[in-house]
Amino acid sequence: MTPKKNNMSLFFKQLPKNIFSGFVVSLIALPLGLGLAMASDAPAIAGVITAIVGGVIVSILGGSHVTITGPGNGLVGVTLVAISTLGLETAYAAIICSGVLLMLLGFLRMGNLADFFPSSAIQGMLAAIGLIILGKQFHIMFGHKISRANTIDYLIEIPYTINDALHYENTGLIYAAGAGVISLMIMVFYSKIRNKYLQLIPAPMWIVLLSIGFSYYFEFILHKNNPIAIDYMIPAIPSFSEITTELPNISFSGIGGLGFWGSVLSLTLIASIESLLSIKAVDKLDSEKRRSNVNRDLKALGIGTIGSGFLGGLNVVTVIARSSVNVNNGGTNRSSNFFHALFLVVFIVLFSSQLTRIPLPALMAILVYTGYKLASPDLIKKVFSIGKEQLIIFFVTLLTTLKFGLIIGITAGVIITIIIHFIINKNITLFLRHWIKPNVLMFREDDEKSNYYVSVKHFCTFANFYRLKQKLDDIPEENDVIVDFSLCDFVDHTVMENLNNYQSTFSKNGGHFDIVGLDMHDADSKHPFALRKIVAVPKLFGYNLTGRQENLETISNDYELVYSAEKNKDTLFLNPFLFFKVKQINHIYNELTDKSKSFKIFDIEFSEGEFIAKEVIRTSMLHIVLNTSIPVFTLDRESLIDKVYALAGFSDINFEHHQDFSKRFHLVGEDKEKIKTLFNDDLIHFFESNPYYHIESNGNSLLIFSKQRLASTKEIKALLDFGKRLKHVIS
Amino acid sequence: MIKTNFHTIGIGVAFSPNLKANICEAARLSLFFESKLVLIHVGETSSEKEQKLQDILNPFIKQNLNYEIVFKTGEPVDVILSISEDKQVKLLILGALQKENFVQYYLGTIARKITRQAQCSILLLIKPSVERVPCKHIVVNGLNDPKTKQTISIAYYVSHKLQSKKITIVEEITKQEVAVIVHDDKSLRKSAIVKERIKRREDSRVKQIISEVPEHFKLGLQTKTQSIFGKRGYSIGHYAQFVRADLLIMNAPLKTRFFDRLFPHDIEYILSELPTDVLIIR
Repeated sequence: MTPKKNNMSLFFKQLPKNIFSGFVVSLIALPLGLGLAMASDAPAIAGVITAIVGGVIVSILGGSHVTITGPGNGLVGVTLVAISTLGLETAYAAIICSGVLLMLLGFLRMGNLADFFPSSAIQGMLAAIGLIILGKQFHIMFGHKISRANTIDYLIEIPYTINDALHYENTGLIYAAGAGVISLMIMVFYSKIRNKYLQLIPAPMWIVLLSIGFSYYFEFILHKNNPIAIDYMIPAIPSFSEITTELPNISFSGIGGLGFWGSVLSLTLIASIESLLSIKAVDKLDSEKRRSNVNRDLKALGIGTIGSGFLGGLNVVTVIARSSVNVNNGGTNRSSNFFHALFLVVFIVLFSSQLTRIPLPALMAILVYTGYKLASPDLIKKVFSIGKEQLIIFFVTLLTTLKFGLIIGITAGVIITIIIHFIINKNITLFLRHWIKPNVLMFREDDEKSNYYVSVKHFCTFANFYRLKQKLDDIPEENDVIVDFSLCDFVDHTVMENLNNYQSTFSKNGGHFDIVGLDMHDADSKHPFALRKIVAVPKLFGYNLTGRQENLETISNDYELVYSAEKNKDTLFLNPFLFFKVKQINHIYNELTDKSKSFKIFDIEFSEGEFIAKEVIRTSMLHIVLNTSIPVFTLDRESLIDKVYALAGFSDINFEHHQDFSKRFHLVGEDKEKIKTLFNDDLIHFFESNPYYHIESNGNSLLIFSKQRLASTKEIKALLDFGKRLKHVIS
Repeated sequence: MIKTNFHTIGIGVAFSPNLKANICEAARLSLFFESKLVLIHVGETSSEKEQKLQDILNPFIKQNLNYEIVFKTGEPVDVILSISEDKQVKLLILGALQKENFVQYYLGTIARKITRQAQCSILLLIKPSVERVPCKHIVVNGLNDPKTKQTISIAYYVSHKLQSKKITIVEEITKQEVAVIVHDDKSLRKSAIVKERIKRREDSRVKQIISEVPEHFKLGLQTKTQSIFGKRGYSIGHYAQFVRADLLIMNAPLKTRFFDRLFPHDIEYILSELPTDVLIIR
């Protein structure tokens, strides 16, 4: 048990760091808040109100640690639709209702909601949101406000807008477009310039500072009006006293309409998905590796959204970019979120009039860059590298979202994923029969190491991943886990990606997370997250190594061994061992051999019994060729060798001077005298002080293995080490 | 009390490809348990059929197998159940149907119905064999249930008779019993502590039951307890499949209704997907 920390003193010790990082985050949150609100057709100040209300409420009530809350990118699209169809006053009512729904999700413990969507579909949806933001704001960035019915139309018109901008005659518009383009350049090149003074202030704040400076330059030095067209400046920002005294009118008149609830549902869905994904991603960044209480966070976000809606703000969500800035600047607990809100209040109180000096194109450039990041070609390349089918899911979701909206888009993504799974497996019954049934077994292996062993049956996709997730979440991260898919026919990309996240969390916390049993599965891309299905007749290996096989390759490099994943039918060297007397060896694979060919670790597939009683078993073994000849013997602790007892008619050999050894181990062999000479004090002490293995000698070589299942990479290393030391003691 | 177990063993006989294997298994078990074997065939009496059965039974008759063949027409489920009751069958053996592919076995509708309605113990065979395949490893449930004590003692009796090497008692612990929902580090620590406590408690409960089993049944037998946190009835089946157990012994379920079949639980999971041979004790 770890001693209970003195939380209060730790909190005060970390306070300065959190105040600082809260300050840095507020520098980004201010321009982003203004921009996101403007992009949603809401008053500019609404974004800042959202960040302030969200920051205060979620930092007090939330369950995560280093997240920052405020207006979200993902919501721009849906908020825009809500405001344009319902009107601002009814849209506030929709936001409040979605806050209630969010809170409900928290109380219903739906924190795993985001796990029910295929990850490629979520990627597609986010890319669509990126295009929605980019499509609309790109025109404003170039000083060319247009209004079209459809996002696709906005995108198609981008070249015309650029062309128009090159031929502007109105100086106001030229300056506006200039501000937009320069701001975009700042966003793009900021991360490429490594200068510690420049990096003190985040890029969006540079844009704000430069544009305010520009405006003051014209006013005080040149004594002219700001040359940027007045339409392209931020409209009046109310002062702090106005915000607090003049609450917006909220109209619940549309509450009976279908459109109203459509907006509420979209707002809730996107707000929850964006928040949950962000929380998951931020947890990975947390230096103290804490686990967020997502359900509690959802409740807090819901309350925050209700409050924000009443005060004239937008939906409060957890945002990834601002949270990562928070972590990078040393934020360690929720107080940084609180201080970020506090600094925003200070900015509004002191500088609300200065903010109107920011040109709109400059602000929109920040959003265009954000939109581009959400839908960047790199992302498409990444999705494609995972597999062609993921690209189909991605584009179906993307295009449907652009055309018909978010709810229909994500639904289409889910449906196309299911259809693709049916087609790939050519088997619908596999899914229908096993969908509602549990398919995961988890238990602690009953030996000194007590690994957690998780076995998954039938299929494992986004549709039933929550069952596996539930089990995995119950395991403290400092433990060793082995996830076995050998009984599982099909594993999809969403699951592989999530398991990879678990792998990194476990290794960060000193645990070990191994995935075994996928070597028999087929995948058609080299990407580690590619979906995998079991093939009836395994193809030749070598086209795509599984994670475990790659680890084996690394081990082979570290220990100067030769690795081969290919199936090898040459198993004659195993036949003299008693263990295989009643077993049929199919093949060995994943071989690790040392240079002198005396050590060989391999996975082996063998079968017991025949026809319908046939059982196929896969396990990992170590074979050592000895330089000297030793008597034939078998050493084990439990009844494993009972099976060969009868065949050979041997009985247990006991040592009078080593009662403990005799009690714990069964040692059998024909030539008792020679065996007794071989088992001298050194060797017996060696066995007594090391973990149990099943060890067999056939006269000139040894066969060592522990369990009748494939070993994890960690176990393979241990086996190798054991074998080396054993060889040393014996010879 | 254990001596009286299984003094009559019944088997439903259908002339299927598995006929010989099923009967061989049943006859062997009758010899092991020193009980009488009743072969029940739903259909017309014919000397040809009787001859066929006699041929299969011949090697066992030489070893003094006490048997009886009953022919009766009617609804298979009703006939088998009524004859079992008349002949006071204590253990009814049913061959399960094998469908789809090698690894998955599903019960036929008749075997399923009988399993739900029978008043005696049921043994479901998924891989009957003409030659004896030794039963090495038995998995038995250790639920916190009044019937468990009887089930475990019968499991020891069976493993003694079949000369098994290993018996694993699985305690399934449901989420409701842990009653701590893991949502952050604190609740995770708490749930780990609660789980450890429950595991100890269950272990000691099972040890208590084991200690009451007569010593000579435990001779040469390795006993292991394994607690699993998971869905009741499902986890034990998956576990039995994973450890490649040769026999899974379960308590009889409470009455099942139509509702239970729609939303499977407990034994229904095992019936829908037999992991190995299953013995249900009543």
